[in-house]
Amino acid sequence: MNLTNALWYLGRGTGLVALVMFTLTMVLGITTRSGRQALGLSRFGVADLHKTASLAGVGLVATHVVTLLFDPYAQLKLVDLVFPFLAAYRPFWLGLGTLAVDLVVLVVASSLLRHQIGPKVFKGLHWLAYALWPVALLHALGTGTDAGTVWFRAVALGCLLAVGAAVGWRTSQSFAERGFPRIPRRRPEKAVTR
Amino acid sequence: MTIATTLAAPPDTRRLFAAPGPSLEEHLRTYGDLPADVDLPDLVERAGLLGRGGAGFPSARKLRTVAARGHGVVVGNAAEGEPASDKDRTLLTVAPHLVIDGLVLTARAVGARRAYLATARPEIARHLRTEVRQRRDRVRIEVVEVEDRFVSGEESALVNALNGRPGVPSDRLTRVWERGVDRRPTLVHNVETLAHVALLARFGADWFRSAGTPEEPGTFLATVGGAVSAPGVFEVPYGASLTGLLNAAGARTDAAQAVLVGGFHGAWVPGAALGSTRMSRTSLAPHGASVGAGVVAVLGRDRCGLVESAGVASYLADQVAGQCGPCVNGLPRMADALSRLADGRRDPRLVDEVHRMRGLVVGRGACAHPDGTARFVASTLRVFADEVALHLGGGCSAASAR
Amino acid sequence: MPRLHVDWTRCDGHGLCADLLPEVLTRDEWGYPVSRRSDGTLDIDRSLREHAERAVDMCPLLALTLVRSSPVGR
Repeated sequence: MNLTNALWYLGRGTGLVALVMFTLTMVLGITTRSGRQALGLSRFGVADLHKTASLAGVGLVATHVVTLLFDPYAQLKLVDLVFPFLAAYRPFWLGLGTLAVDLVVLVVASSLLRHQIGPKVFKGLHWLAYALWPVALLHALGTGTDAGTVWFRAVALGCLLAVGAAVGWRTSQSFAERGFPRIPRRRPEKAVTR
Repeated sequence: MTIATTLAAPPDTRRLFAAPGPSLEEHLRTYGDLPADVDLPDLVERAGLLGRGGAGFPSARKLRTVAARGHGVVVGNAAEGEPASDKDRTLLTVAPHLVIDGLVLTARAVGARRAYLATARPEIARHLRTEVRQRRDRVRIEVVEVEDRFVSGEESALVNALNGRPGVPSDRLTRVWERGVDRRPTLVHNVETLAHVALLARFGADWFRSAGTPEEPGTFLATVGGAVSAPGVFEVPYGASLTGLLNAAGARTDAAQAVLVGGFHGAWVPGAALGSTRMSRTSLAPHGASVGAGVVAVLGRDRCGLVESAGVASYLADQVAGQCGPCVNGLPRMADALSRLADGRRDPRLVDEVHRMRGLVVGRGACAHPDGTARFVASTLRVFADEVALHLGGGCSAASAR
Repeated sequence: MPRLHVDWTRCDGHGLCADLLPEVLTRDEWGYPVSRRSDGTLDIDRSLREHAERAVDMCPLLALTLVRSSPVGR
């Protein structure tokens, strides 16, 4: 196998594993939000693994992007790393990938700086994860050379089911209780007549 | 520093209500002009003025802190969320210009060009705007209406409301004197405190200290209500006897089962102790009470202390801001257990439940609401212990009193 | 000695802090963190300093702060 092919396989491989890592991140993120223990981990363990999985995903995406940058087959230019939909090869689907990377940067940077930006800004930016994951999945299905193969589709389906189940749980009634029967805190209405 | 010598300082303890009417003209005739060169922090410190909003915090300290930081904002707090209190409304109706004088003097002292007067009552707001318009102060005064809720008068809640945010308290780590209205250092004073400032700026610290006690100098406004024939707002010196105050409101001391001092976050003084109790910190401390915002509510012998207290506790549970988990959950449970005892549920575990909830809410909220409610409930169980025993036995003193 | 300060307007009882500082914190019946000590204080001894800092870092709602001196009231 020559270098070009190796880069191509590495690029595709890291892309798929990154998707799996971000799927795990989404599920663990929702579990963190639930305030429950899972998989034998404490609440802190869940939050910690969520953080680790996301950083692993970032590392994999970085590798994915850099290898493809050096791969002549992909025809990636530096601008394609930041601005979506300008690429030569499959511009729309690749553009989704660029968009996903932009969102990853926003979500991860805001997480690392959360103590500086405060809880409201942090929460607002972190919610971009709900946009990030579907964009990443679509990018994988659209540009992925292996997208047509059975095993790729199986992995993608698995990811979709995992996130789907987690989001379904997130939107369910019992989610908010955190396992403790209690009166929830309430958001105050605005005051003041001048 | 000049003290107004043209007019005699109020000789007795009728200080705040000395003017015949609320108009600016009557105010100036009674008290004279607003003094010009006043070293207010020094004056307030020597006078030993304590805040009249309930906490009794030394006013000079807050004043100096905000003055040191520069370009601050001053707020006169008349939100008066306490249902049993009527003094701020009365003071603003009868002597608004004393309050506005105090606001202007304080604003000058801290270098503030803007000041606010906050009230929960629309008619008071209208009245204040009319009176402010009569004046020619350099300080820009804005009259603001806030929501009529128990928590509205809390310092940070008020500042939040002035900033256009929900009028609920903020976490205690950020103090309003560091960052308040429009992110500026903010000095929040109860309107009665401001009225006293207006007087001591004219007549001096020695005059101010001529009434009251050495550690709590001056006079304060007490709202006396409940089982009294002539309820109202009375100006009394600190250290005045509680029975004297009750008599002024037409209450017979022997007809009082107990007296609630300090409002809904205060404590009960049992009937037997009334004769020896004075309106001062040292005299009230053994009962777990303090003068607070001067609320004195008398419980007649025909009422049940437990039933009345359960009603208060339920009201307080209803008035939670809703932000803090332990308060939102603990206060209703505590009030509920107390109510069941009052209703005659003969379960001694209810008493334990009340104590348990008390322990869970104290110190676990952004403001003092859970703590104050817990204090009131603890006092209730202590002072009305016999009533509790009676209820657990299936009786009630109020039923047999008829 | 530094103490752990809870911003109750943010805390929603996730409980990570109780996981990380079991010597000091447990959870009440509604899931909110509460001191194990009878006086309710949350003073952090030097030996627990690092764990407390991790709790402050990991709270999902940024509800914790480590404060220097002793408090004026709790």
